[in-house]
Amino acid sequence: MNDKVNYSHIKGRVMKNAVVKWIFIMATSVALIFLALLIGRVLSQGVGYLSIDFLKNYPAPYIEEAGLFAGIMGSLAMISITAPVSMILGVCTALYLEEYARDNKFTRFIRVNVQNLAGVPSIVFGLLGLTFFVYLFEMGYTLIAGALTMSLLVLPIIVVAAQEAIRSVPSEIREASIGMGATKWQTIWRIVLPAAIPGILTGSILAFSRAIGETAPLIIVGAATAIYSIPDSLFSKYTVMPMQIYSWTARPQEEWQYVAAAGIIVLLIILLCMNAIAVWIRNKFQKRF
Amino acid sequence: MANKAFSIEDFNLWYGTDQALYQINLDIPKHEITAVIGPSGCGKSTLLKTLNRMTETIPSVQTSGSIEYDGEDIFAKKKMVEELRTRVGMVFQKPNPFPKSIFENVAYGPKIHGIKKKQVLNEVVEKSLKGAAIWDEVHDRLNQNAFGLSGGQQQRVCIARCLAIEPDVILMDEPTSALDPISTLKIEELIKELKKDYTIIIVTHNMQQAARISDNTVFMLNGEMVEFSDTDQLFSNPKDKRTEDYITGRFG
Ligand SMILES: Nc1ncnc2c1ncn2[C@@H]1O[C@H](COP(=O)(O)OP(=O)(O)O)[C@@H](O)[C@H]1O
Ligand SMILES: [Mg+2]
Repeated sequence: MNDKVNYSHIKGRVMKNAVVKWIFIMATSVALIFLALLIGRVLSQGVGYLSIDFLKNYPAPYIEEAGLFAGIMGSLAMISITAPVSMILGVCTALYLEEYARDNKFTRFIRVNVQNLAGVPSIVFGLLGLTFFVYLFEMGYTLIAGALTMSLLVLPIIVVAAQEAIRSVPSEIREASIGMGATKWQTIWRIVLPAAIPGILTGSILAFSRAIGETAPLIIVGAATAIYSIPDSLFSKYTVMPMQIYSWTARPQEEWQYVAAAGIIVLLIILLCMNAIAVWIRNKFQKRF
Repeated sequence: MANKAFSIEDFNLWYGTDQALYQINLDIPKHEITAVIGPSGCGKSTLLKTLNRMTETIPSVQTSGSIEYDGEDIFAKKKMVEELRTRVGMVFQKPNPFPKSIFENVAYGPKIHGIKKKQVLNEVVEKSLKGAAIWDEVHDRLNQNAFGLSGGQQQRVCIARCLAIEPDVILMDEPTSALDPISTLKIEELIKELKKDYTIIIVTHNMQQAARISDNTVFMLNGEMVEFSDTDQLFSNPKDKRTEDYITGRFG
């Protein structure tokens, strides 16, 4: 055959290429513009109200004295319970699903539903926590009830992240280990987990960032809004940063909105730090295969 | 053959409903190099992986028939598969070092078998790396990641890793197919060297390689063992027509 390549088509394809590129640039710009507006507004309103006292003080009826201390300490206390509980449960679940469970209808059903759980609205987890931890286990409106509820909320995200991390460990190095007479557990502990840890940790930290910003489930399991002490036991009353921010925005005087904005800045900074840690961990432990 | 490592009788293997090995009967001698040749997909790797029961990691696999190693049934209930895999080590087609240092790669086997003393580990690592003819190239960078090595060096580290568990048999599944000619040559030299102390069973799709290094050759076709004999004889004077067709390049 003697057909020549039809060069007239190339022009059309190049055009299309440029148009598509611009559509993506515009979509990205929309997101960036709103993000910039949001941050700009929060900063302009809140920066003036940021101070050391704001970080050190308990809630107060007067704006000059109000502070986020109870919320910061409450959030940290909560995360320090939620993190180990959800990571241990999550990694064990993922190991079971990926390494031990047989591939049958039942385990496939579980796998799909773990993923679905990751998308369930957080308020549903609040109701679950209220039913089980607050009432059934009689924990009441305490830190431990809130932290366990949060653990449930992040658990599916961690399971999915850990499953993906475990699955991405190449089968060649598992075979190498098994082929030398290592047991399955030795292989998991010495080969699979070390290789999967960066993925597990980054996924988990992103899940915890989400938990730190949540209010809905905590309102349901009875986090306080104004509290004048920091948690000193698992059964303390507690509040968290977003609860305090939420309560400030609900006040009628306009100035409280600015205090809330200052609270949001603190919250954002803490979230940024957590994300930075996630990136740092990923880069530090990244292994080549 | 008085001194046989493996004795395979009427062995069949299925992946689910697909049969991959048919009625294999084979005695593999000790302290010799036995090559397994045949076209792609004929079941060479399957046969090799059966010998240290690596096929059991695939849930759908079913078998019948018997395989004895050193006179003992390898599938016996009371036999622990970990023990078999310690005596029958394996080197894979693609170099597959762990994402760890060269030292940790080689020390892995001894460690999982309970050796903790640093000094003993040091000795085993040095001995194994020397045994795999890679010590001179890596002795000054044992703490570097094994991924920094070339493919041929990685494969020799993998062989060292296998030697470190002090096996009696080494199974090799096309160990040079991912390597350049020079690395291939080095590994062939090494295999001939290892023959003194180990029984070696090597799968290769490269007939010249089989002819160069092995004492015995198994020719497989479509899951069947067609011919098993002395390498020189199999290549110069094959008994079966199909073997002759294969080694003269008429198919495969
Ligand atoms: N994990 C597996 N699951 C199902 N079938 C397999 C698997 N591994 C190999 N087979 C099949 O078994 C046959 C033999 O494969 P293999 O032993 O890998 O051949 P070779 O190593 O000679 O190329 C092939 O038909 C292949 O498709
Ligand atoms: Mg193969």
